[in-house]
This record gives sequence, C-alpha cells and structure tokens, in this order.
Amino acid sequence: MHIKYSLKKIKNCLYIRFKFKFSFGWFLVYLFMLLLVAFTALPLVYMVSTAFKPIDELFIYPPQFLVRRPTLESFTDLFTALDSSVVPFTRYVFNSLFTTIIIVSGTVIISSMGAFAMGKYNLPGTGILFNIIILALMFSPYTTQIPSYMIVNKLGMINTYWALIIPKLAVAYNFFLMKQFSSQIPDALLEAARIEGATEWRIFWKIAMPILQPAWATLIVFSFVNNWNDYFTALIFTSSQVMKTLPLALQTIAGGPGAIARSGASAAATFIVTLPTILIFTIMQAKVMKTMAYSGIKA
Amino acid sequence: MSTVINNKVINIGKKPSFNNKKAISKWLNKYGIGYLFMLPFIILFFTFIIIPVFVSIGLSFTQYNMIQLPKWAGLVNYKTLLTKDDIFLLALKNTMFFALITGPIGYIMSFIAAWIIDQLKFRNAFSLAFYAPSITSGIALSIVWLYFFSGDRYGLINNILINFGFIKEPVLWNINPKTIMPVIIIISVWMSMGTGFLVFLAGLQNVPKELYEAGAIDGIKNKFQELYYITLQLMKPQMLFGAINSIVGSFGVFDIAVSVAGMPSPNYAGHTIVAHLYDHAFIRFEMGYASSISVILFLITFILGRLSMKLFSTRDE
Repeated sequence: MHIKYSLKKIKNCLYIRFKFKFSFGWFLVYLFMLLLVAFTALPLVYMVSTAFKPIDELFIYPPQFLVRRPTLESFTDLFTALDSSVVPFTRYVFNSLFTTIIIVSGTVIISSMGAFAMGKYNLPGTGILFNIIILALMFSPYTTQIPSYMIVNKLGMINTYWALIIPKLAVAYNFFLMKQFSSQIPDALLEAARIEGATEWRIFWKIAMPILQPAWATLIVFSFVNNWNDYFTALIFTSSQVMKTLPLALQTIAGGPGAIARSGASAAATFIVTLPTILIFTIMQAKVMKTMAYSGIKA
Repeated sequence: MSTVINNKVINIGKKPSFNNKKAISKWLNKYGIGYLFMLPFIILFFTFIIIPVFVSIGLSFTQYNMIQLPKWAGLVNYKTLLTKDDIFLLALKNTMFFALITGPIGYIMSFIAAWIIDQLKFRNAFSLAFYAPSITSGIALSIVWLYFFSGDRYGLINNILINFGFIKEPVLWNINPKTIMPVIIIISVWMSMGTGFLVFLAGLQNVPKELYEAGAIDGIKNKFQELYYITLQLMKPQMLFGAINSIVGSFGVFDIAVSVAGMPSPNYAGHTIVAHLYDHAFIRFEMGYASSISVILFLITFILGRLSMKLFSTRDE
C-alpha cells in the first residue's frame, strides 16, 4: 500500500515535470498561436490607436500604425462638431442603447418564461414546438424580413422604437439555450415551493430564475452583441435620420462626401461602437464559457 | 378517456376529456399557467418568424407593390430570377463563392484554434483575443479594414507593398471589381472565426478526461488519433451548432459587403443575395419578386442546415 502510494506520487511528479518541460513542438504551437492572435488583434489595436491620434498624425505620410501623442481631440470633435449637425451623435448613442437594452431584457424574460414552462410543466404539444424552434435556427433572418416589414407597416410602427424592438424579441436561439438549461431544474425544489403555497409566478422568479442565472447571463451577452451590431433592422424599419442606430450613423459619418475631413471623428465613433461589446464579453467571459457547452444540438 | 373512481374524475392517457366542466378546469389548472408562460414567446415567434416564412413563400408567386392587392403570377418571378436577372445570378455566384470560402475556413480555423487553445496556458486571454473580432460591429470594423485597404498611398497595405517594391502604383482595393470580393472575404474570415469558437471550446472542456486515458490504453498513439477517435465523436452536437451558425451567417453576407464596396458596387462585384433582396424589397418595393429571392435564400440555408444535421447526427449511436 505504502509502495503503491509513493509510486503514484512519483508518477505524478514525472507527469508534472513532463508537462512543464520545454519542447520544441510546444514552442511552435505557441508561436503559431501568437501569430494568429496578431492577425485577430492588429485591426483592433489599430482602431484603438487611431481613435486617440491627433489630427496631424492621422494624415502623416508614411502612415503610422501606433499613436505617438494620444489626445481626445477626435472625441470632442465627434460630440461637438457633429452635434451642430441636424441629428447629434448622442441621439444615435441613445437610440442604440435604448433599443438594445429593451430587446435584451424582453428577450431574456420571454425566453426564460417560455423555456421554463416547456422544460418543467410537461405540456402536451411542446415536443413539436421545440422541433420547430430547432428548425428555425436554420432560417436565415433575412427570409422573414419582407412579411415582418409588412406587419410593422400595417401596425403603423415604421420609424418608431417599437419597430426596432418588437420583431426582435422572439429569437429561436435564445429560447433553445434557455430550454437546454431549464430541464435541469430539480422538480423536488419546485414541488417543495408549491407545498408551501408559492404561486407559479413566484416560483419562476424566486427559484427558476436564480438557478438559470448562468444561462440568461450568457443570453444577455449574445443578445446585446447581436442587437448592438445589428444593421439591417434599423436600415429597413426607419427612414428618418432621428431614428437611426449607431451602425447606420457610423456608415454615414465614415462614408460619402466630406469623409476625409471627418476621419478623426469616424475613428472615434468606431471606437465607441466597438467598445461596449468587447467590455461586456470580457466581464462575463467565465459565465459564458460555462453555458456554451449546452449549445450543442443533438440531432 | 376518463374514469370515475371514488367520485373523482381522473384522466387516463394524454387527451383530456371535455365532457364536463370539471375536466376542463382541471386541465386548465394543470397546464393553463404553463401555456400562459409560453404565450408571449409563441405569439411573437409565430408572428415574426414562422408565419413570415409561409407568407414569403405565398408572396413569391405574386406581384405585389404594397399599394395594390397582390396579383397571382405563378412561377413568373422564379423564371425571371433564374433566367433573365443577370444581376441576381451574379449575386448568387458572388454569395456562393463567398460562402464556400469563408464558411469552411472560418469553421475549420475556429475548431483548430479551440482545440489548440484548450491545451494551452493563458486560455482565457487567448480565447478573448480570438473571439473579440466576431463580437465587433461589421460596419465599424470594415471602416478600420478600409484604412488598411485604402486605395491611395496612405493605405497601410499599399504602403507596405510599395515599400517592398511589389507594386509601383497603389491598388484600388475596394474599387477594382477584381479585388472587392477578396477584401470582403478577408474581413469576413477575420470576423467569422469566432462563430462556433466558443461552443467548440466549451465542448472540448466537457469531454471527460478519463476517456483520453482509456483511449491511451486502447492504443491511441498521438493527439491527432485522440482528436479523431474521441473528441470529434463526442463533439457532434457542438459541431452541428457551429455548422448551422456558419451556414446562416455566410449566406447572409450583406453589411460588410455594403460598407466595403458600397451599393451598388462597381460592376456589382460586391453584390450579394441579401443586397439584391434589399434592393428589390425596400428600394423598389417589388415585394413579390423580392420574396422569391428570400425563398431561394431560405431554401439554400435550410437544405444545407438539414444536410449538416444528417452529417452530425448522434441518433444512431
């Protein structure tokens, strides 16, 4: 027994030493990965660096990759110079932020509620519904745009926040993700609460939602990223400049006549559009990683 | 079916009996609240996703301009689309070319990256660096890439190529019809490597470590055999999810194409199916014709999606 134990110990030590041993193969792997990371990170580094360049560095020849004397000039330019135009930049920020936050909260609530009911109430007919939802994962979102446009148009919601929010609340993927989790809520917990006289509504909020927290935290991240970056919805459902969201505004600032005069402002705007998604992902990374394992589709 | 035992109505089997009010209220008591919880999602899901797919299919056989009532047109739209509309055929060709390159490259690269990163130290840092591009806005980052591909000497890539003497005159990357698609593809590959990456990484972390030990005893010699015989077999659900994501994503290419090449792009070199759909639906308001475009897009992604379901099926095991 004693010998066996020490053998195991030695084996463990050997294993650890082997793992830390320098090997040429691993060196190549790390080198390859660093190159790949350089490819993925360089445009982002360039974007951050350009947003802080003073005006003379923006037009210097030969072009410089990194900023030398960082300033906030471009940002003040973006918020003051463009503020005097018809629609201030802050309005686009508000539009994007407002619609994204409402969509994210809405979709988290309706998907969790629905998925909880489907996972825990043994409702007749939900098996078919779940299969339909899985099939809907394969629908290109563009195929539904024309009828959606007609519905939104009929309801008189064109150029309102409703048009940017309501069609985007029910997303097959969001429901699917929550369903993968809600089946795992222990029935005994729900039964115990029922015996103590809790209403189903209360059970959902006080028991199911806290258990589902990693899942909807992940949903918040993905839903935020998708809707913050969404370009098509605002493109078709709004025609007035006041209702445009950031991606559309960015395209206007960065393109068309006078684009060169605005290159500082557009670099700053690009930075502002990109920052929130990366921040929110970085903060939630650990939770997202835990949840993603359940995203597989068993077919 | 219902049976009376001790004066109580008990339902047997799945179908409730509506013979008396008691049974109905009992059924409602049991299931009503559940359906109520599902109602908001179901209403919105059917209104904006399921019904629109069928409406699209219906409209695609009509001519409809949103002012007059739809006029039945039979297969005319599809005939025009597939035989007379040269711009659509070009868009179809562009999109196919784009999807055949970015889809598989993005998919394979993200799998390899996930597989390698899973075995490295600093896993979180590597995954953030790798994933970050895919959560950035396509519009925002194509602006950054356009600095790189700018058509004058200020463009970073032109600058480097001129300095090294590969070219004498700057290349008009996003104006020359020959280089538009490659530029769109480079930007999209850069952004699409994150698609599926997280799911793959998470899936890899969930493969039980004992299986690898068992595999080693059964004669698995190297990492690649391990990957093929153990990892890939267990990751089918994640692989399927990634495949569907990348199919839907790559056939929906639009915003990057528009911000790189403009709309319409020079010689329609950056024209895609969705761009054509947008043009006919929301600029010309030819809803019937545009619906037939959306039905074709639907069929392509749906059939490819079903094929990947077959390919990554776990049912027979």
